[in-house]
Amino acid sequence: MAADPLSRVFSALADPTRRDIVARLTVGDATVNELAEPYDVTVQAVSKHLKVLEDAGLVSRTREAQRRPVHLEAEVFDLMTKWIERYRRQAEERYRRLDDLLRTMPDDIEPTPPPPRTGAPR
Amino acid sequence: MTTSTHETEITADPDIPLVRITREFDAPPEKVFRAHTDPELVARWLGPRRHEMRVEHYDCRTGGSYRYLHVSDGNEFAFHGCFHEVRPSELIVQTFTFEGFPDDVALERLVFEDLGDGRTRLTSTSLVDSFEGRDAFLAGGMEDGVRQGYERLDELLAG
Repeated sequence: MAADPLSRVFSALADPTRRDIVARLTVGDATVNELAEPYDVTVQAVSKHLKVLEDAGLVSRTREAQRRPVHLEAEVFDLMTKWIERYRRQAEERYRRLDDLLRTMPDDIEPTPPPPRTGAPR
Repeated sequence: MTTSTHETEITADPDIPLVRITREFDAPPEKVFRAHTDPELVARWLGPRRHEMRVEHYDCRTGGSYRYLHVSDGNEFAFHGCFHEVRPSELIVQTFTFEGFPDDVALERLVFEDLGDGRTRLTSTSLVDSFEGRDAFLAGGMEDGVRQGYERLDELLAG
């Protein structure tokens, strides 16, 4: 696994089930059984997902209680999502300008001429 | 978590320092490709909103090169690279360097995928040579920057 924290968080949030688990934990703490309920997967599979989220620092589990509810580390989550979202928004702004431009371009554009090969042959 | 088909999606690979951006457009690949290769068109969308974009040259064909500047409040930020492989309406492979860090280079791959019905999916991947480089790339344009972001993250993870 990659060593840097951003990669771990990215990787943890790349999975739709894990994103869903995180979304549910924003409402409140929950046990593994509670988290597993809506999915067509085993509790073990959900535990595996939680381990990834835990390694990324996104969730924690209390040791003392029998139920061991899962808790979302909201500050870490907020910081990372802010970071990623800001970058995503910049790309989105750029592509919205491209949307506007594409609308103004004529439909019957000339096909781009085949590029002449330059440099050494392969 | 669902997003509309037109929302830009970003993923970062956990194993290699790569960022992938995916976006769909209501235009056929020929048009989207043209908007990436015609310097006059490129200047109209590629630069950041609050900057003026000045294209010095933009020769988008296999073996060609480009250089452009973003100008903001008298500050100039220059970027340059080479077009390694250009295949009309399909593919652009290019390098990308911010001249503020002239030793660093990203390898970018833009794939134009025909979705039919006059729609295109554009997948753009940027590969850099370190995770630090990738994360700086992701944090680019952030007010507090990647270093402060890391400091805060370290604090949070330690706490």
